[in-house]
Amino acid sequence: MNAGPAGPWRRALRKLSRRKPALFGLAVVVFFVLLAVLAPWLSPYDPIATSWSAIRKPPSAEHWFGTDEIGRDVLARVVWGTRASLAAGLVSVAISVAIGVPIGLAAGFIGGFTDGLISRITDAFLACPFLILAIAMAAFLGPSLTNAMIAIGVSATPIFVRLTRAQVINIKVEDYVEAARALGNPPWRIAVRHVLPNVVAPLIVQTTLAIAAAIIAEASLSFLGLGQQPPAPSWGSMLNTAKNYMDQAPWMAIWPGMAIFVLVLAFNLLGDGLRDALDPRRG
Amino acid sequence: MTTYLIRRLATILPTLVFVTMLIFGLQQLLPGDPAVVLAGEEQDPQVIAYLRERMHLDEPLPLRYLYWVGGVLQGDLGESVRSQQPVLELVLQKLPVTLELALLAMLIAMVIGIPAGIVSAVKQGTAWDLGANAFALWGLSTPNFWLGILMILLFSVELGWLPASGYVSPWEDPVANLKAMAMPAFVLGTNISAVLMRHTRSAMLQVMSADYVRTARAKGLSQRVVILRHALRNALTPVITLGALELGTLLSGAVLTEQVFTIPGFGKLIVDAVFNRDYAVVQGVVLVTGTAYILLNLLADIAYILVNPRLRS
Repeated sequence: MNAGPAGPWRRALRKLSRRKPALFGLAVVVFFVLLAVLAPWLSPYDPIATSWSAIRKPPSAEHWFGTDEIGRDVLARVVWGTRASLAAGLVSVAISVAIGVPIGLAAGFIGGFTDGLISRITDAFLACPFLILAIAMAAFLGPSLTNAMIAIGVSATPIFVRLTRAQVINIKVEDYVEAARALGNPPWRIAVRHVLPNVVAPLIVQTTLAIAAAIIAEASLSFLGLGQQPPAPSWGSMLNTAKNYMDQAPWMAIWPGMAIFVLVLAFNLLGDGLRDALDPRRG
Repeated sequence: MTTYLIRRLATILPTLVFVTMLIFGLQQLLPGDPAVVLAGEEQDPQVIAYLRERMHLDEPLPLRYLYWVGGVLQGDLGESVRSQQPVLELVLQKLPVTLELALLAMLIAMVIGIPAGIVSAVKQGTAWDLGANAFALWGLSTPNFWLGILMILLFSVELGWLPASGYVSPWEDPVANLKAMAMPAFVLGTNISAVLMRHTRSAMLQVMSADYVRTARAKGLSQRVVILRHALRNALTPVITLGALELGTLLSGAVLTEQVFTIPGFGKLIVDAVFNRDYAVVQGVVLVTGTAYILLNLLADIAYILVNPRLRS
């Protein structure tokens, strides 16, 4: 009995393990996760400790990534900043999935007026550009990392509603769903036990890509001063400060930006690899 | 076509209503009494009383929404707490700057993205394809505010070729305007060019295997003619309509780009409004972008049907 459902997943895993860019992406994500978890042990300095004798020092053996405008070690701040970025990516996408998937499931499964109403509300959310809506929400909620995560999560929810709905509409007319209905299963059981497991594959892909978008969004909000508040380290807020010292301390801008780029690239590579691996039409 | 238009407009109206509800709902996120929050640090009782009356805060929520939406329908998006100017006036003042930036960015995105997509599809599986895909991945993964900072470092600080910030109207000095807009437009266009490259590549791959392309090849036409006259013409239709839907990305990107390059546009307006706690301006900007997106979406749909004879019937 177990061999059946495990088959496609095992095949997908095999396909994924053959895709080097995706494996590279996965390795980089694991690296950043370890960096975030082990930050207290890996960080060479306290990320918020200032040193007036080490203001805007270029990279050296003592400070590998240099120091910032009040003498804080840039490497330590980049290492600790991983926590804010990964937390924002994971928590905000968890919010989107937790709200978006049940709503999309209900819209697609129930259909009719419910579907029409949910679709119009989703359209309204999608009409407002993602970051502009997140900025507006963060503005009204007040600037903090938690509020930024809520704003990003809520703004990204419609994508999950729409994706789940579209998948459910295709799946609910399949023979096995009809069979479950004919056997007298209640609608909620059919939706949860028979429909939902079959929309998981595209959701995994979307989740991975959404984490990449959420990391950029958190960095953007922090860059604008609406995310992580100083002195707590965040890659976006580090770039915001760095912009004022470009001619004197360019290293302040290079490393946090590079960290965002590499982590987002890793999630994008992993997402693209998962899309190929989970798509049965691709060999 | 007329039936389609009527049906399409019928779906737009409820969406617009929900957009207004969403934007009005933002106000409810404010902690505490909105009039007290909006009155700023001075907390002048007269200002609070004025705001309470103006926002109909003593009325029930649905009625407040109706008052607000009634004002919006008459062009009254509220008043800026900071500048005392009507929000609509402020938005209309800043809009041309952002529109110029967005148009230039879109132009750059098309010039880079579409040829890269064509080359990638025509030379599928080669180093060209790999290079174009790597470019798209780079474009999608680079935060545009970081790219902006790096470009300022190179072209302004190191080489001194382009101004690091500021804006000059094209009517005042077209050359200075282009110099000021070159880096911001490139930064904003990079992300869209990556999206356009991916759309063009997949559309071209689909079209290249179509019967009419095979027929064109069988007639002995050169590769250039087959690609440019037969394949590209058909592949570009979905690409252009999908490109039009990138308005949201453009406007989101413009907020950050304008911040990096200190361009006094729409994006800078919303960020300044956020820090001045000028909530009516924040709502106004979201409302205008949302409405513009819905209308552009409609225009893209109509254009898609107009250029695709099979859908017209």
